[in-house]
Amino acid sequence: MSNKEIDDLSGTETTGHEWDGIKELNTPLPRWWLWTFYGTVVFALGYTIAYPAWPLISSATPGVLGFSSRANLDADLAAAKAAQGGVIEKIAATPVAEIVKDDELNRFATAGGKSLFKVYCTQCHGTGAMGGVGYPNLNDDDWLWGGSIDQIYTTLTHGVRHEADADTRFNIMPNFGADGILTTEQIDQVAKQVASLSGVEGGAASPEGQQLFLDNCAACHGDAGQGNPDLGGPALSDRVWLYTGTLEGIKAQLVKPTHGVMPAWGVRLGDVAVKELAVYVHGLGGGQ
Amino acid sequence: MRNVGWIIGLAAGAFVALLLSAFGQDSLFRIHMGLVTAVLALGAVILMRLPQVARVPAGVIESNKQGYFDDPIRIGSVLIVFWGAVGMLVGVIIALQLAFPDLNFGPWLNFGRLRPLHTSGVIFAFGGTALITTSFYVVQRTSRARLLSDGLAWFVFWGYQLSLFMAASGYLLGITQGKEYAEPEWYTDLWLTIVWVAYLILFLGTIIKRKEPHIYVANWFYLAMIVTVALLHVVNNISMPVSFLGSKSYSLFSGVQDALTQWWYGHNAVGFFLTAGFLGMMYYFMPKQAERPVYSYRLSIIHFWALIFLYIWAGPHHLHYTALPDWAQTLGMVFSIMLWMPSWGGMINGLMTLRGAWDKMRTDPIIRMMVIAVAFYGMSTFEGPVMSIKSVNGLSHYTDWTIGHVHSGALGWVGMISFAAVYFMVPRLWGRRQLYSLRMVNWHFWLATIGIVIYAAVMWVSGITQGLMWREYDSQGFLVYSFAESVAALHPYYVARALGGALYLSGVIVMAVNIWLTIAGKVRSERPLVAPATVQPAE
Repeated sequence: MSNKEIDDLSGTETTGHEWDGIKELNTPLPRWWLWTFYGTVVFALGYTIAYPAWPLISSATPGVLGFSSRANLDADLAAAKAAQGGVIEKIAATPVAEIVKDDELNRFATAGGKSLFKVYCTQCHGTGAMGGVGYPNLNDDDWLWGGSIDQIYTTLTHGVRHEADADTRFNIMPNFGADGILTTEQIDQVAKQVASLSGVEGGAASPEGQQLFLDNCAACHGDAGQGNPDLGGPALSDRVWLYTGTLEGIKAQLVKPTHGVMPAWGVRLGDVAVKELAVYVHGLGGGQ
Repeated sequence: MRNVGWIIGLAAGAFVALLLSAFGQDSLFRIHMGLVTAVLALGAVILMRLPQVARVPAGVIESNKQGYFDDPIRIGSVLIVFWGAVGMLVGVIIALQLAFPDLNFGPWLNFGRLRPLHTSGVIFAFGGTALITTSFYVVQRTSRARLLSDGLAWFVFWGYQLSLFMAASGYLLGITQGKEYAEPEWYTDLWLTIVWVAYLILFLGTIIKRKEPHIYVANWFYLAMIVTVALLHVVNNISMPVSFLGSKSYSLFSGVQDALTQWWYGHNAVGFFLTAGFLGMMYYFMPKQAERPVYSYRLSIIHFWALIFLYIWAGPHHLHYTALPDWAQTLGMVFSIMLWMPSWGGMINGLMTLRGAWDKMRTDPIIRMMVIAVAFYGMSTFEGPVMSIKSVNGLSHYTDWTIGHVHSGALGWVGMISFAAVYFMVPRLWGRRQLYSLRMVNWHFWLATIGIVIYAAVMWVSGITQGLMWREYDSQGFLVYSFAESVAALHPYYVARALGGALYLSGVIVMAVNIWLTIAGKVRSERPLVAPATVQPAE
């Protein structure tokens, strides 16, 4: 092109092209730009020599450093395992009741259980294991299925009402109202009787209520409503309520009871993890 | 009656869609095709009723001696603002949903369906309409040639809008193939392919019939965008429909091959759609607005070829530390690092074009917008290579850092340069002496800039917080935090992010008002931005 000109402001020559009034200066490539670009190319070449990079027919160049992300992972896992000093194997081989007596194993299992609890248990039992309506609080000493380390371990392994597990914790309370086992009047009497055991407002003991309780409830909940962990019958004599602890709440549970479930964690997480969880939950404060 | 051919075409399209709807194999397909029928039929009715689609002052056509075909560009300029407002509004909504999950109203307005509506709304509806519209504007003026064919231009323009409608309505209905930024199902993909090939023919044909001896650099970038997006779109969407009358399909690829194809596509959607295409925009509108020559012709050639050669290999950096073989991860990383300077070539050419015109930063808020766009472009094209380094990626991957990175590119670069282009084009397209208000442009600039800065800074903090929490081990080797705890820790950042997005959105609303009143021919009586002595002569 012939119409090259010198741009007044920069003193640089234009290329002589023009599009819709736009001209272009013929400025050379900025040196720092060019050399930085070369630098990245050199780095890239060096890196591809050092690490696996160029694809061949059935594999790729391995790189002079012998790097492999799979081998690195294996090495990291081996190192982590070595740092744990075989504790996992010891936990696997030790009955859970012995683990809580061994300082080292107990400390390790509690840490592991805490980590697992946050991932698998907090959804229902809450971040502080304080539970909620329908979800047991794990900090207190009121246990549905028993608070010894072995009982907690069994509950965790097989779950509660987890039908796929033949050994799951299972019980079911009849629909005393919905199925017409008791009349409305009887439900009223027995509810007041239950409420009176722990001093719930509106509670009132009566001979009829007492008889109904003994006939219908005591088999699972105990003669004095103290509960029966072997059958999973909740204690009714304390002020810890899984559902609503009012006279109305007790009546609702009598008419058509609600039942909770928990997965069988043994299959999902493996025995070591369940032992760790059992130790952690047992150590929350209410363990027996 | 005018437009008879178009009316017949739309009616025939509506009839075909109606048949597809009637014989559809699943209810989603039937509903989706019913919506397409409605839209095409509506289009036919509107064409029959309207004597002229675009409201163009007669004077513009008369004075348009070069005979450029600007009708679709005028509609496009309005739609850029419309789609920007919609896409960014949905962005603010989903940002609030992340902070306050109760705002999910399922199933149609769940986060899972609104999120692709936001990403596609901003990338393809706002960004794509901006690319098509400005490319029509730029290619004609820098080639001194009318578009190859008016009819083809209308087909490309409205055909693309139809694909946007199909994508957006499909997302809300729950139709998705689950590929990020490529969520639409096979039939929407096929339609977009037809439109995109027509776009290629239109653009290439216009360049071929140009009256300028050389092809301007902006057109190289637009053309690279069109060609490569065609390739990416077709390959990534190869799939087999379960039924040709159904909404579900399965990808040809599986496992890690599918992942690699997807991120080859995904990364180059960023590289060619959001980088190359918008560089084309920058190369025209920045020298025009600054009234200065482009800084370096040689730099533009070298960085163009380096950019398009290197970008296409960088996709594997999205799959670090996955099942992808080590060699592919290495190549993804080193190609990303080599991309640093080729990307910066565009920034240098943009900023240095202002050499001798830096005073316009003070007087011209549109130049200010362009400068901040190029600055964010430079920042995110530096951040990208850094994040592709494997050890950095180990911390940043899957965290909000990535979200922040994308948004400094999308809000800072793509958004700002598009806004500047619209502010440049609208007064010229409607034959207005000036914009309604330069002060409102200035407001838009500050709202947007503060919004981006809040957004990006908050996402850095939240991303690094996430990355560090996820990898925190105790002395016994157990994870210290659960995922839910990391989510809880991010709540304040998510609230702040929504605030940043809302500021950015409010800037777009200010722009919409300004553009509307400019088109209406109004001029706001306002104090000039600087002392009268240095006021720019009106365009």
